[in-house]
Amino acid sequence: MSAKTADKIATAVIVGVAAFIVLVLAGLLGFILYRGVGHISFHFLTSAPETIRKGGGIGPQLFNSVFLLVLTMIITIPIGLGAGIYMSEYAPANKITSGIRLIVEVLSSVPSIVVGLFGLLVIVNLFGFGFSLFSGALALTVFNLPLMVRITEQGLKGVPREQKEASLALGLSKWKTITSVMLPIAMPVILTGTILAAGRVFGEAAALLFTAGMSSPRLDFTNWNPLSPFSPLNPFRPAETLAVHIWKINSEGLAPDAAQIAAGASAVLVITVLVFNFAARWLGRYMYRKFTAIK
Amino acid sequence: MNSLIEINDLDLFYGDFHALKHVNLEIPEKAITAFIGPSGCGKSTLLRTFNRMNDMIAGTRIEGKVEIAGTDIYSKEVDVETLRKRVGMVFQQPNPFPKSIYDNVAYGPRLHGISDRKKLDEIVETSLRSAALWNEVKDHLKRSAYSISGGQQQRLCIARALAVEPDILLMDEATSALDPISTLKIEELAQELKDRYTIVMVTHNMHQAARVSQQTVFFLNGEVVEYSETEQLFSNPTDQRTEDYISGRFG
Ligand SMILES: Nc1ncnc2c1ncn2[C@@H]1O[C@H](COP(=O)(O)OP(=O)(O)OP(=O)(O)O)[C@@H](O)[C@H]1O
Ligand SMILES: [Mg+2]
Repeated sequence: MSAKTADKIATAVIVGVAAFIVLVLAGLLGFILYRGVGHISFHFLTSAPETIRKGGGIGPQLFNSVFLLVLTMIITIPIGLGAGIYMSEYAPANKITSGIRLIVEVLSSVPSIVVGLFGLLVIVNLFGFGFSLFSGALALTVFNLPLMVRITEQGLKGVPREQKEASLALGLSKWKTITSVMLPIAMPVILTGTILAAGRVFGEAAALLFTAGMSSPRLDFTNWNPLSPFSPLNPFRPAETLAVHIWKINSEGLAPDAAQIAAGASAVLVITVLVFNFAARWLGRYMYRKFTAIK
Repeated sequence: MNSLIEINDLDLFYGDFHALKHVNLEIPEKAITAFIGPSGCGKSTLLRTFNRMNDMIAGTRIEGKVEIAGTDIYSKEVDVETLRKRVGMVFQQPNPFPKSIYDNVAYGPRLHGISDRKKLDEIVETSLRSAALWNEVKDHLKRSAYSISGGQQQRLCIARALAVEPDILLMDEATSALDPISTLKIEELAQELKDRYTIVMVTHNMHQAARVSQQTVFFLNGEVVEYSETEQLFSNPTDQRTEDYISGRFG
């Protein structure tokens, strides 16, 4: 067989496999959207679920998902940035550093159900935070943090050495160089990664079953006092997120339209995650162009 | 001429590699000194000891003394950041920050604590004028630094370095990535700047060294083979190796 034929066959196989994957994904997405989109309405997105009657919505769950995402990011972003900066710029190149790096890798690949059980044992019971948004956010942080650290580290490592040296040669400290030259240059990478990580948090269910809980108190959306147990803003109340809700009504929903609600909620979830992904790409490209603008 | 930088018995090691060997050298104040020599002979390495940029490379070790205006810059009392403010550097590739022309020049002074808008405007204008770039960019200071030509970018980098008011300007093959006209402009600029700054430039171009410098240093394998006034070195070298190199017999 000549090199040319081999090349052709290899190309054909690769293209075939890629096409197959794309088809499967498109089919899956199409199926979820086709089944669910018809059920999405303003009423569906804003009203509370019903236990046994028809016409329930997913309002509180949607709110919980968003709120949990914000909480998680508030915890993850500062710690992740800090650790990433340390790993990339300050950590000495020795065994301990590579050990930390390995642990971070492993941590990011722990199955989420394991993280959930760990959260139940340690955060919920041992530390006594109970089933709460806060416990959920901590559990999500466990596997979001490694991602954040890696993204930051990669972003900073990608900054051209000349840029860094130019700033240092002007007599600026390492820290000032990092904050005013390196981070802005690395920002498109970091931001894109952060949004992708956020998408993952939004769709997560397994880690939340035993941490954020599977039910919400009757939320009073006129009560904005974060200390009140019925306030939606209280981070120490249990909260069922959208992904958990889908899982629950699919397995034990009693309402006659449970199947439609699950389909509608799935579509909402998928659309949101897609939006996250497109937003990440768009923002990354926009910022890259802004930073390297030829105008 | 007074010497501003004095190097006494300097040895530098990258790990096990002996990159600079017993260097003794004096660099005159307010003049241009050129470093010439074949690739890998240690020109950049020596240049980068003057602003301690070698500190960042793990495993670098130094023996001997580098004194600037009488202060041993490797002694414990010396603050590296203060040193680097006094010793500016221009790199081989133009490396402006991905910011506007204005912000590139204002970057150093701003982060060193100057926030007064008027004062910054003034520094930006003076620095750009000193770098012979003001007239070309004064109407679009807000544009990206990447919107100007490579030669202009290099002059912008010079302006950026001048904005923190150094005494010494190090130029490591600052024209090697530029076209002949831009190169000539930078050479003229260096001529003007030497009345106010002490300039050390590394160059691979012997004509350049001969054209612009007052003193030339010839390196070979980490050693200073010969240094003297430029005219003297090119017309009447004392060492055979120098003669071989400048007549193009190797390197
Ligand atoms: N970070 C480093 N680690 C180890 N060795 C290095 C390092 N940097 C430079 N060297 C070695 O030190 C020697 C001198 O390098 P240097 O960059 O000073 O040469 P140069 O004269 O500037 O060469 P060129 O003209 O090619 O720029 C070379 O042999 C180089 O391989
Ligand atoms: Mg060099």
